[in-house]
Amino acid sequence: MSRKDPSRGLLVSPIRNGTVIDHITAGEALNVLKILGITGSTGECLSIATNVVSKRLGKKDIVKVENRELRKEEVDRIALIAPQAKINIIREYQVVEKKGVEIPKILKAVVRCPNPGCITNTNEPVESTFEVREKGLRCLYCDWLIKDDIANFII
Amino acid sequence: MYHIISIRDFERRDLDYLLDLAQEFDTGNYRPRMLEDKLVALLFVEPSTRTRMSFAAAMARLGGRWISVDSVEASSIVKGETLADTIRVLSGYADAIVLRHPKEGAARLASEFATVPVINAGDGAGQHPSQTLLDLYTIRQSMPVDGINVGLLGDLRYGRTAHSLALALSLYGTTLHTIAPGGLEMPANITLELRERGMKVIEHEDVQEVLRDLDVLYVTRIQRERFPDSASYYNVASSYRITPDLLAGVKDHLMILHPLPRAGEIDPAVDRTPYARYFEQARNGVPVRMALLDEVMR
Repeated sequence: MSRKDPSRGLLVSPIRNGTVIDHITAGEALNVLKILGITGSTGECLSIATNVVSKRLGKKDIVKVENRELRKEEVDRIALIAPQAKINIIREYQVVEKKGVEIPKILKAVVRCPNPGCITNTNEPVESTFEVREKGLRCLYCDWLIKDDIANFII
Repeated sequence: MYHIISIRDFERRDLDYLLDLAQEFDTGNYRPRMLEDKLVALLFVEPSTRTRMSFAAAMARLGGRWISVDSVEASSIVKGETLADTIRVLSGYADAIVLRHPKEGAARLASEFATVPVINAGDGAGQHPSQTLLDLYTIRQSMPVDGINVGLLGDLRYGRTAHSLALALSLYGTTLHTIAPGGLEMPANITLELRERGMKVIEHEDVQEVLRDLDVLYVTRIQRERFPDSASYYNVASSYRITPDLLAGVKDHLMILHPLPRAGEIDPAVDRTPYARYFEQARNGVPVRMALLDEVMR
């Protein structure tokens, strides 16, 4: 019985159908999954590579989600932490669509308001809503401004 | 539908329009009983004397009626009812809702669930637009608001009246001088926003540094509950007390305002000086709130 040379194997194999999110800021792959609502129990077959050598970014992360084509509004949410990310939609091993991410003007239910006195941190039936501004994210309920560490507040 | 939620929603012309309208009500230039077929719900989920009673007085002077929740304990809020549900229910009873709530953003939330206009009567450390309008109204009775020097003294961190007023003043080219005890300074994001709006904001350690340059001194209560013990409270509070002696050499037209209630920030002896305008300010709550009620229910 012959064995393949392990040094020639692929780090992550190509997927037949689904989405590849490439050029994610190194170390943010798990946060990207969190934003997309993908957890170990949601059923998708996932491949994650972190700190892969990249010509453009030095290091990058890659996420592959099989049998799921992510919609534009889903992927735009990850622009907050991975503004360079590229989305590749794969069908039968071929890239059929390639697009960048754009930060949306309004973020709904993506980020938790850090203000403990904000009405969105209660049992009220509302989703946290932030306006994306140049200086950071502003809560549309209590006006709190998140300037840094946005990933810490991702729901 | 017209809600009054935050000073941020207003442009200068909107504020001037409401202040002019308040002036009309103040001088008696309005149709008696103009809101006689209207009913307003006063939902105060936090203690209030002046705001609640002046809204009730304003409604009564316009010939309208009001229903109110007098205490949280006596309402379904203690049973865990959400504000959203309470607002939906009250929308079926009244033609407008006036809301005071301890959480920031409560009025914005209420406006999303209400089918009648909502007026924010103070939400946590957030906004208190009707107070700001009456503050501006009081200043405008004595001097144009444009380009004046305004000092904000006291708890500028949690004091919602200070935040709302500062934002409104930024529309009038005023210079803002802030004087606050350590730990109770104006939140950095608000100072940043004021500067982005083109306002000159100068921070001071001591009120005496700037008192003689001021046209308006706006004093807010230093809240005892913000301090770890009463000794540190008295220590700070005594250094922020306005006394007649301190007022030597101030501008003749200096106006001292305070949203009230006061704790010890203003010596009662100051009440007898021509600078004290806080009771007049409180009285102005009625014509200003008449204007707001008329505007949202007209």
